[in-house]
Amino acid sequence: MSDHNYVPSSKLGKWFNDRLPLLTLADHLKEYPTPKNLNYWWTFGGILTFCLITQIITGIVLGMHYVAHADLAFDSVEHIMRDVNYGWLIRYVHANGASMFFLAVYIHIFRSLYYGSYKAPREVIWIIGMIIYLLMMMTAFMGYVLPWGQMSFWGATVITNLFSAVPFFGEGITNWLWGGYAVDNPTLTRFFSLHYLLPFLIVGLVVLHIWALHVPGNNNPIGIDLKKPSKDTVPFHPYIVIKDMFALLLFLIVFAFFVFYSPNILGHSDNYIEANPLVTPAHIVPEWYLLPFYAILRSVPDKLLGVVAMFASIFILVILPWLDTSKIRSAIFRPIYKQLYWILVLDVLVLGYMGAMPAEGTYLLIARVATAYYFIHFLVILPLLGKREKTLTVPLSITEPVLGGSPNPQMVKKKEID
Amino acid sequence: MSDEKKVQRRDFIFTASYALGAVGVGAVVWPLIDQMNPDRSVKALASTEVDVSSLEPGKSITVLWRGKPVFIRRRTQEEIDEARNVNIEDLPHPEKDEDRAKNPEWLVMLGICTHLGCVPLGDKGEYNGWFCPCHGSHYDTSGRIRKGPAPTNMEIPKYEFVNSNTIKIG
Repeated sequence: MSDHNYVPSSKLGKWFNDRLPLLTLADHLKEYPTPKNLNYWWTFGGILTFCLITQIITGIVLGMHYVAHADLAFDSVEHIMRDVNYGWLIRYVHANGASMFFLAVYIHIFRSLYYGSYKAPREVIWIIGMIIYLLMMMTAFMGYVLPWGQMSFWGATVITNLFSAVPFFGEGITNWLWGGYAVDNPTLTRFFSLHYLLPFLIVGLVVLHIWALHVPGNNNPIGIDLKKPSKDTVPFHPYIVIKDMFALLLFLIVFAFFVFYSPNILGHSDNYIEANPLVTPAHIVPEWYLLPFYAILRSVPDKLLGVVAMFASIFILVILPWLDTSKIRSAIFRPIYKQLYWILVLDVLVLGYMGAMPAEGTYLLIARVATAYYFIHFLVILPLLGKREKTLTVPLSITEPVLGGSPNPQMVKKKEID
Repeated sequence: MSDEKKVQRRDFIFTASYALGAVGVGAVVWPLIDQMNPDRSVKALASTEVDVSSLEPGKSITVLWRGKPVFIRRRTQEEIDEARNVNIEDLPHPEKDEDRAKNPEWLVMLGICTHLGCVPLGDKGEYNGWFCPCHGSHYDTSGRIRKGPAPTNMEIPKYEFVNSNTIKIG
């Protein structure tokens, strides 16, 4: 953003821009050179921004009708559903919006994993993204507690009890989190307060995420450094804006399908029973987007180690830029990594499925194998593979393989056949 | 050079002001952290009295104490024998039944699985005690963990018989 000599055309614009260069910023965002080969996996950044704004707007509106009190919360949610004008719509958009948000963020994360977007010089973008992801999980978890149904209550109990695994301080920490000796009204009110706060922290981090992105510029499907601006780039507006909008429309079709045709399919029916601290539902499951981590937690037979494994599975992603030793970013030029990538995707899906199944017998065995593989992928395979893998030759520019002069014509041919 | 290494009056001022600053920050932050701990109204509900006169042997009731479920079970002779005839060394968390139930007929314990806080189901599991549906922990007739991920036996709260019909928990 430094070498910008933008001069507004109007006198007023110039006067204002000299005092606060907002117009320079707007011009930067408009002209921002973007790789011209970005595919549809790159549209999820825009979709995620949309999701965040939708959650904040619907959330603020719900907050006008919701009552954060253990005796009233459940009824106030039903009041929103039945009495408040369009309350059902706003709540269903908010509840399903959380799922859509996670769907988009998982695609966004897995896109980074495939194209190596987390590698130098984009490590900070990746780490900020991981912090956003952590905050999203906390926000979603606390939001799920607010309706004060059975799943809310027992989900809150199980998750906060994870901290009781901490040696010596465990009980103190859980009592501090609860504001009592069990999940109760003080827990509900603080979760409401934090559930309201965290999305705004996410907004701040999203600004940093985009700022950090705009320093090196976007990664791209072939994962090479580009000269910017050049014939390999196009201005963000209108090229990427229009493409993002089109992708958003497609995404909204899926979103609307859930909201209008199966608004409760991603939820759990037990949450329509008011919280009862004396009865645990027979089968507790978290929301679908937390299931892989839940499976990891349960596949370790020791309480403390299970919790450690679960947190480690997230932390391992934060240090991923240093675990993957390969200098080649895109999986397109890493024939072995490409296959391992899809095995990882499958592994995470298996973990998710096992997280929804009871932790016994074959399910438990499969979950354990999948958990072990998850860690092996990141801690053993990636560091070694980067040093040994025979990678394909990377083109010098985006246009080069098309316009000829490639140092590896075979690869060009292969691409054409593909 | 040697002059620079000497501790000067200014170094003392820096150290002192950082130290005082740290104390000040701590004094401001602590109330903000401590406000989340259990408050006085929560602590005030620290004891509950329960009338158990109508409880038959082999039955149990669940009462709420400090927001937590407490199981009160009047055990049958069989259950008592089963709990007392266990080889203590076989237990993951060795505790004598004599220490858990002073009056062998009455077992009073927190009905909270020590794994992740679910409420176990009574008269279930492989040891005829309790079974936690969340992650599959099995407890025996003394509420001791026998199988599954829970690390310890279910906790025994402080309680006493006020008279032969009333138990005071807490």
